[in-house]
Parts: sequence; structure tokens; C-alpha cells
Amino acid sequence: MSLLTPNPGLIFWMLVVFLMVVFILAKFAWKPIIKGLKDRENEIQGALDLAERTKAEMIKLKSDNEKLIAEANAVRDRILRDAKEASDRMIAESKDRAAVEGQKMIDSARDTIRNEQHAAIAKMRKEVATLSLEIAEQVLHRELKDKESQEKLIADLASSARMN
Amino acid sequence: MYTPLRLFITTALVAATCFFTLPASAQESGHDDHNKVAESVNKAEHEIEHNLEKSEEKFNIGQMIMHHIADSHEWEFSHGVAIPLPVILYSADRGIEVFSSSNFHNDHHEYNGYHLVHGDSEKIVPVDEARVIYDFSITKNVASMMLSAIILVLIFTSIGKAYQNNKGKAPKGFQSAMEIVILFIRDDVVKPNVGPNYEKYLPYLLTLFFFILVNNILGLLPGAANVTGNIAVTMTLAVITFIIVHINANKHYYLHLVKPTGVPAPLLLIMIPVEIVGVFMKPFSLMVRLFANMTAGHIILLSLFGLIFIFQSMFIAPVISLFALFLNFIEIMVAFIQAFIFTLLSSMYIGSAIEDNHHADHGH
Repeated sequence: MSLLTPNPGLIFWMLVVFLMVVFILAKFAWKPIIKGLKDRENEIQGALDLAERTKAEMIKLKSDNEKLIAEANAVRDRILRDAKEASDRMIAESKDRAAVEGQKMIDSARDTIRNEQHAAIAKMRKEVATLSLEIAEQVLHRELKDKESQEKLIADLASSARMN
Repeated sequence: MYTPLRLFITTALVAATCFFTLPASAQESGHDDHNKVAESVNKAEHEIEHNLEKSEEKFNIGQMIMHHIADSHEWEFSHGVAIPLPVILYSADRGIEVFSSSNFHNDHHEYNGYHLVHGDSEKIVPVDEARVIYDFSITKNVASMMLSAIILVLIFTSIGKAYQNNKGKAPKGFQSAMEIVILFIRDDVVKPNVGPNYEKYLPYLLTLFFFILVNNILGLLPGAANVTGNIAVTMTLAVITFIIVHINANKHYYLHLVKPTGVPAPLLLIMIPVEIVGVFMKPFSLMVRLFANMTAGHIILLSLFGLIFIFQSMFIAPVISLFALFLNFIEIMVAFIQAFIFTLLSSMYIGSAIEDNHHADHGH
């Protein structure tokens, strides 16, 4: 059947046309197309790689930051704790010192009071002795006049002495 | 192939009419026999003509299909509307002769000592039978092939330019539409089947795919040529693939043909012929697959349209048109599938010939 017998002329033209198409397309179409596709793929791959790298860097930075923050927090806590300790210590110390000072002051006040007291008592004794002497002198002065006035005088003197 | 049948029917009809009309005219020959004889002869002739017309109508379906599938020396768009194509002949005595195929439009289909024979397909034969001629005419198929070649070159060089001009930009328009197909062929057909050295074969395989596809689709247009349904075209493509496979095939491939590993010696007597037949079966199957698929599609469509002319009915035409529409869609699908299959199988043949077989050697 003629349908199944290849025609030599057609084979010839087919070879010529097809090989020319292959040649022209390979040179002017497939080369730039395949190159363009490959370039774009490389670009995309590069961009993806860069993103991946950036992500890793970000994660690293983030962990660094966290570390820094943790360190800073630790330092702050330590400083706070130290300060608190120092202040506590200072307060305790000053309290102690104040207590000691106060005690000292109280003691010295007590000593002063006691000394004053002693001085006052001594002075009073001296006054009383002087007074008694004056009274005795006055009594002795008036002893001659009468007995009644003597007694009155003694009472006056006594009351005035009590009033002092 | 229809001429003997046609002759037989014609002679049978002539014989029958003569047989039935002669006795009748003989009986009534007493009256005005001259008139009667003339009338009956006229009647018989009329009947013969009618029957001839009828039988011709029937033959035309088969002839019409063959005429549409086969190659031709002119491009006929519809009955009577045809572009004459150049006829190029080479013969040892006359050298190269070029003339228009319209020169054959005469009663004898004869020009300059050549005769255009209309059989299943057209053929130019020299009137002097002793001469040998080679027909390199630009036939309908060649013209259609050149047209698709021009289409391919225009489309893909413009896309190639787009890639150079739009460097670093997203593809747009037709470029991105074609890119999907190109990427499909590259990533899903060529790369997995040919293997790591695929880039060397990519231009050929891409061209193969688009050449077959464009010719398949152009062939579906009304009045177009049936390029990929022509066995010469598919044979050429298959042979090119065959040559590429065997130029690039490695040692393992050839060794496997003559000394298949793991086969007992007595079996080699059978295995070696089987392997060698297999080598030639591959391109043969490529050739027949594409040719048969495209030709079958055309025959089905033409038979359906032929039915309209057989029945000559107002009511059958819409039904058949709908069915033909459906089949046309299937043919568009087949156009893609066959281009894809041809490329896929070519890739597989190339891939199997160039792959490193060391894993297979240990596998047996």
C-alpha cells in the first residue's frame, strides 16, 4: 500500500528541514532559553541560600542577644543583691553603733547626773551646815532675851530653811 | 485499488441492461422498432450512467480519505481551490527539472514527458518507462513541514530573545506559557530518562517535541497536510533518534547486545538475535506509533464526515458534526500525547544507551 511506502523525496526534504530546524533552534532558541532558565534557577537558589544563611545568622544573633541579656540580668541581680547586702550591713552597723553611742550617752548622762547629784548633795550639806551654823549663831545671839522668842525664832528659821 | 471493482460493476450493469432490454425490443420489433430501440438504448444508458454515478459516489469516500491522508503535488483547500506547488525532478539524462504542478492540469495529466498518476497517492512517472526519475518535489507535506519549521523558528527565536532581554526578570506572556512546556520536557521527560548528561541531547529532544506537536496540530486544520501521519516523516525522525542513540552509546550498551550478562551460553543463541532485533524494533515502533496514531485520527474524522455524504441527510449531519467535534478534541489531545510519547521514548532510548551500567552488572 502506498500509505506504507516512504517517499524518498519526502525523506530528503524532511531531513533537510528538520536538521535545519534543529540547528537554528539549538543555536538561536534553546541556547538562550536554557541559559536563561538556568541563570534564573541559580539566582533563585542563591537567594534561597542567602535567606537560609541570614536566618541562621539571625538565630545566632538572637541567641547571642539572649545570652547578653541573661548576663546583664545576672550582673544586675548581683549588683542589687550586693547593694542590698551592703545597705543591710550598713543599717545593722549604724544601728549597733547608734545603740552603742546611745548607751554611751546614757551612761555619760547617768554619770553626769550622778556627779551633779553628788555635787548638789555636797553643796546642800554645806548649805545646811552653813544654815545650821547661821541659825545657831542667830539663836545664840537671841538666847539672852527670852525663852519664848527663842523658840519662835527657831520655828521661823526651820520653816524658812524648809522653804529653801 | 478500486478500479477493478468499478470495472466489474460497470460491465455487470451493462450486461444486465442489455440482457433485460433486448428481448423486450425483439418482441415489439413489429411496430415502430426504430423508435423503441432508440428509447430502450437511451434508457439503458441513462441507467448505466446513474449507477456509475452512484457507485462513483461510494468509491469517493474511500478515495476521498486516501486523497486527504496521502501526499499531493498541489495544496488543495477545497474542491477546485488549490495552490500548485513546484515539482522538482532529477533524472540522469535530463538533470534537474523544476516546473509547476499546475502543468499537469490537462486531460491526460501529462506534461513534458511525465505523467501524474492518481492512485492511492499521487506519483509522477515518466512516459518513457525506461527512464528512472527521482522526485524531490515540494509536495503538500514538504510545504506544510516548511511552514511549521518557519512557525517554530519564529516562535522560539523570539522567546530566546525574550530571555536575553528580560534577564533577571520574571517571564511574561507567551514566554511564560512556553516556559512551562519547555520546563516540563526538560525536568520531567529528558532529565529523569537521559540521566546526568542530559544537556547535550536537550536541544534535539526539545526540537523533536515541538516539531511533532506543531505538525500534529497543523495537520488537524481543515485543508492541511498530514505530515506526521506520513511514514516517511516518522521514519526520518525515528532514524535520527536511532543514529543519535548509536553514536553516543557506550561500551556497556554494545557489550550487552553481544554478551548479555548472566545469560547461560546456550541461551545466547536466542538472546543475541532477540537483542539485535530489539535494537531495530525501538525506532520501528517509534515510527509506526506516530504514523499510525495520526493517520488513524485523520481516517476516523474523514470517515465521519464521509458519512454525511453517504447518507445525504439533513438529520445525520448535526449528529455527526457533534461527534466529529468531540473526536477533534481527542485528536488535539492525541497531538500532544504523541509528541510527548515520541520525545519520552527517544529520551529513554538515549538514556539506556549512555547510562553507566555498573550497578546492573552487579545486580544480576
